[in-house]
Amino acid sequence: MSARAGSPDFPGILRDSGLVALVALFLAFPLVGFHTIDQGGGAGMGIETRFPWVVVAVAAAFVGRFLQLALLRTHAPVAVERSLSRLGEVFQRNTVWIAAAAITFAIVLPMLPFADRRLVDLATLVLTYVMLGWGLNIVVGLAGLLDLGYVAFYAVGAYSFALFALHFDFTFWMALPIAGLFAAAFGVLLGFPVLRLRGDYLAIVTLGFGEIIRIILLNWYPVTRGPNGISDIPRPSFFGLEFTRRPAEGEVAFHEFFGLEYSGLHRIVFLYYLILALALITNLFTLRIRRLPIGRAWEALREDEIACRTLGINPTNTKLSAFAIGAMFGGFAGSFFAARQGFISPESFTFVESALILAVVVLGGMGSQVGVVIAAIILVGLPEWFRDLQEYRMLVFGGAMVAIMVWRPRGLIAHRDPTVRLGVPQRPEPSA
Amino acid sequence: MEYFLQQLINGLTLGAIYGLIAIGYTMVYGIIGMINFAHGEIYMIGAFISFIAFLVLGAIGVTWVPLALAIVLVVAMLFTSVYGWTVERLAYRPLRGSFRLAPLISAIGMSIFLQNYVQLLQGARVKPLQPIVTGGFVIMEGGGFSVYLSYLQIIIIVVTTVLMAMFWAILSRTSFGRAQRACQQDRTMAGLVGVNVDRTISLTFVAGAALAAVAGLMVTLHYGVIDFFIGFLAGLKAFTAAVLGGIGSLPGAMLGGVLIGLIEAFWSAYFDVEYKDVAAFGILILVLVFKPTGLLGRPEIEKV
Repeated sequence: MSARAGSPDFPGILRDSGLVALVALFLAFPLVGFHTIDQGGGAGMGIETRFPWVVVAVAAAFVGRFLQLALLRTHAPVAVERSLSRLGEVFQRNTVWIAAAAITFAIVLPMLPFADRRLVDLATLVLTYVMLGWGLNIVVGLAGLLDLGYVAFYAVGAYSFALFALHFDFTFWMALPIAGLFAAAFGVLLGFPVLRLRGDYLAIVTLGFGEIIRIILLNWYPVTRGPNGISDIPRPSFFGLEFTRRPAEGEVAFHEFFGLEYSGLHRIVFLYYLILALALITNLFTLRIRRLPIGRAWEALREDEIACRTLGINPTNTKLSAFAIGAMFGGFAGSFFAARQGFISPESFTFVESALILAVVVLGGMGSQVGVVIAAIILVGLPEWFRDLQEYRMLVFGGAMVAIMVWRPRGLIAHRDPTVRLGVPQRPEPSA
Repeated sequence: MEYFLQQLINGLTLGAIYGLIAIGYTMVYGIIGMINFAHGEIYMIGAFISFIAFLVLGAIGVTWVPLALAIVLVVAMLFTSVYGWTVERLAYRPLRGSFRLAPLISAIGMSIFLQNYVQLLQGARVKPLQPIVTGGFVIMEGGGFSVYLSYLQIIIIVVTTVLMAMFWAILSRTSFGRAQRACQQDRTMAGLVGVNVDRTISLTFVAGAALAAVAGLMVTLHYGVIDFFIGFLAGLKAFTAAVLGGIGSLPGAMLGGVLIGLIEAFWSAYFDVEYKDVAAFGILILVLVFKPTGLLGRPEIEKV
């Protein structure tokens, strides 16, 4: 650490970089250096070497570590840190304006000249993740419970809408509250036994629960139709007006009612506004409940469970309510997903999906509502727009999750003032 | 009876593998009190390194099976433990003393990263390996069903038992073992009396990774197919094993592994194969509800 003061200690830095390069060699040699190839025709697996890549990896590790030690140990990180924090502060102070601007932009987006079908579709997808992120934020960000199986509630919501529509001819609007209730009930069912335990257990149990739900959906053929999924899920209507070119006998279609030319875009724009409304409801709910005693209890519980218990907060019930409410919003989002796709199968509800939603919450800064939006745009919008990046998407997420935790655990541009600021004591404390 | 015996053998084989992975979870939990989510991925990397090592040995003409097995065992343990060491160094060490969720999230990030790293480098397709250890013998016959014990199953059970015994000896006899147990009891105090805590934690990860690598090798031999996603389920089951046996307890991890292996084998044999994973997670939840300390664990008392 002598490098921090005065001129850098070059021999030490070189030795350190050399060690890092050696580790990189060990890491890269077996997995980067050799590539297994399927030879086909029953010849079994073959192998080819990729040693130049190993050299590149080792060199990159050496140079990277060298630069990190030689340059960044000086003033750069402090400056970056400070400017990010200041950016966060500016964000914080102008939250109302930024939120208003963002919502206005979201409302006029489909009317803008460059808004084609693809863009509105993509915006709908991003908003779905914003809503899921906000829902999960209640559980992870506010209550501090790590839920790795959030997709299970998403699946419960989607399947309950699909099944109710299939068997009882429920419309989207009738099924929406039921889907939310079902998801919340599953949340209670799962949360009740495990929420009394330490937080780490909850994480792994929810992970297992997500898998259980997926396996059941996959194998309970008579009900869920297994891997084939459920198709022909009814599309949501606009107060009873269908978005079809030729409505059924006795029904009025949306375009007829308003005297418009039929266009496929109507439904897409309508779905966009639907998810926008659902997401904003989630957000509003979160913002309001944070001010209620229950919301305060969540945040207090996140910080110190034992202190809460001594103050008479029942940890199990408080956590359970957060868990159930988070699950409910997951269920709402799930039935929207089913209505938008018109087809669902267990394929859509894998662990990767849970990880993606968690990444949205974590990278946005846990507990931050604006952060979730930014993270959803970056994590879902960008890779969807630039298809070439898709392959590397999860790799980068994983790395970014580690980096964020190590470097700025409260999120990239986080600067959070306490929700409740205690007044500075008026009288000086009596000195002991 | 014969069918039962056959499932017993299959279950023990499977349980030995789960036990090896579970040790990694339990030791890390014991020493730093966190669940190392990336441990399943370390096991998967161990499987890939063994797979690649077999192919390389085949290509350069080492065909005598015992020699090949020994070389692959050493190579897999060596390289995989470097992965274990690096994961700890990069993703967990900077987070000691951070807030409660930080190491968990970092571990999940690491797990996602490693999964996709292997997928990008080695491809997403399932990789088949030609059987390396073949043959076996019938140990019992009756009722039109013969109980078969393959050489591979013998190897798996013997190697696992020997490694566990060695590991047990290391923990109870050597200075590393003493330091490890001291850190489990009280890290700060151990540091004050001169135990190098950082190095002990690193070595714990290295040891866990080496055992996971052996499990990876065994699975590669046993099933003959691997892909980048195998760490997920195996990790979950091994964690279940660690919890069932009592997390933090070494004999508990071995016992839990064997029990989970047996449960899985018997469930597949007598009930529904499709739901065998559900059975394992169901057990996890039941154990957590009724006996959170596991079979051999000590109750955890949180002091303020």
